[in-house]
Amino acid sequence: MDAATAVELKNKTILTSTPHVHSKLSAQKAMWLVVISLLPPLVMGVIYFGLYQLVVVLAALAGAVMTESAIKYIRKQKITILDGSAIITGLLLGLIVPPGLNPVFAFIGSVVAIGFGKEVFGGLGYNIFNPALVGRAFLQAAYPVAMTTWSAPAMAVDTVTKATPLSLFKFEAIASKGGVDAMSLFLGNVGGSIGETSSIAILVGMVFLIAMKVLNWRVPLAMIVGLLLFSGIFWLIDPTKFASPIHHLFMGGFMFGAVYMASDWVTSPVTNKGIWIYGMAISLIVVMIRLFGGLPEGVMYAILIMNGFVPLINRYTKPVIFGAEK
Amino acid sequence: MSKSNSPLNDFMNGIWKQNPIFKQVLGTCPTLAVTVSIVNGVAMGLATTFVLLFSSLIISMIKKLIPNQVRIAAYIVVIATFVTIVDIVMKAQFPDLSKALGPFIPLIVVNCIILGRAEAFASKNTVVRSGFDALGMGAGFTLALIVIGSIREILGSNKLFGFVVLPDTVEPMLIFILPAGAFLTLGILFGIANNYEQKKKDKEIQKAITAERSTKLVTAPASVQTETEEA
Repeated sequence: MDAATAVELKNKTILTSTPHVHSKLSAQKAMWLVVISLLPPLVMGVIYFGLYQLVVVLAALAGAVMTESAIKYIRKQKITILDGSAIITGLLLGLIVPPGLNPVFAFIGSVVAIGFGKEVFGGLGYNIFNPALVGRAFLQAAYPVAMTTWSAPAMAVDTVTKATPLSLFKFEAIASKGGVDAMSLFLGNVGGSIGETSSIAILVGMVFLIAMKVLNWRVPLAMIVGLLLFSGIFWLIDPTKFASPIHHLFMGGFMFGAVYMASDWVTSPVTNKGIWIYGMAISLIVVMIRLFGGLPEGVMYAILIMNGFVPLINRYTKPVIFGAEK
Repeated sequence: MSKSNSPLNDFMNGIWKQNPIFKQVLGTCPTLAVTVSIVNGVAMGLATTFVLLFSSLIISMIKKLIPNQVRIAAYIVVIATFVTIVDIVMKAQFPDLSKALGPFIPLIVVNCIILGRAEAFASKNTVVRSGFDALGMGAGFTLALIVIGSIREILGSNKLFGFVVLPDTVEPMLIFILPAGAFLTLGILFGIANNYEQKKKDKEIQKAITAERSTKLVTAPASVQTETEEA
């Protein structure tokens, strides 16, 4: 092939390296599907904790969108609000803070989530850690009192603070059926973050995402299997001291983390084998923190820790090239 | 190293061009640990400057007496002497500050800035130049600590120099008086400093290219142009 035809060919064809994936699903469309799937937890949060929670979620949303646009503007890049990723980060952060949180704190959390969780690394696709969890970890360290004040479901009276099932288990040593039955945990009629108490709403979102092929079902499955396994071992050792696996499954932010946080495309492993390792390891850390750590809940830190291990997992689960000798 | 040997140049070097924190990234351990408030930062900066000045002076005086093989040990002995003086004086005169800074005063002995300047500058230059270099480095270090300390004090406890500057309605962000806040603040400041330097460098390169191009265009015809473009 002479130089002239080569140049001509190059102009006509798009040259990229493998893998070549044909998919109707664009990143943008996937992002909007995730936004839709976040509506059930949001609705349940508003039903249980009152309309005020919409203000909190909107503040977080505004913080994320404004920070993203400001940073893109300063760096003279194309403003990409419509790809939905900043909107997801804002929504997620709004759903994992305690109900009745000062909206200013939610706003600040979103600024940190987008600024330090995402844009510092170069924007969408380059971040190491889940941005929404970075924002929440910041809030947890910045405003520890506000971030651990849990109001009871406001179907009764407003602004009644009440311990979450997790802290009941942890600090009041109420064993196995500690004051809350598995059914109200499942429905979400307990204290907790705005969007994470209602497991049934999260399951609805999960089924929708799996049906739309946005969510790799292995992530939540690996985490659930891991949690049932590790918490089950301790439960079998001493059922009076440790909570049952079913309680662990529906308590706190585990379901929300499994469906919306750990499964983030950017910060989870690319291979299926890697996803199993990643999910099981998150569950192991969650169980360790819940049962033996100083904090009542460990899903956030567990996911952040394993996010850090994702490059390593990717490297060691790299599939063997076709035809290569073992 | 500066182009000119004037003492003033040695002094200014430490303030920005070779700022121990932002350019050399030395002594980050006390920087992260003690900058909870401005007062702590200033105290740490002054203590370090004192040790830096006198150890640099002594080392540059006795540089010819020290055998090359044991020079680090000799430097440490000199530095440790002045650190002990600072530690005892602070314990006697400013017991509160001494308690706040805790082990970081004795740890000045192993502060990289002091050993670094002794090895890189004082052992090779005259007493006067070493003195000014030490003062410049000390001032640069103190300034950096003041900047970090003020950011952390305002955000972390709503105060500046111990006085309340923000209204009560603004809740202080506890994270900024925790170690994580120190890393965040330092990281952002590094980013800003590097960005500023990069822009300055880009501008200088641009200027040099245009200057060269205009001179070459005057003296030589088009054939030389390609060369300058590569440069």
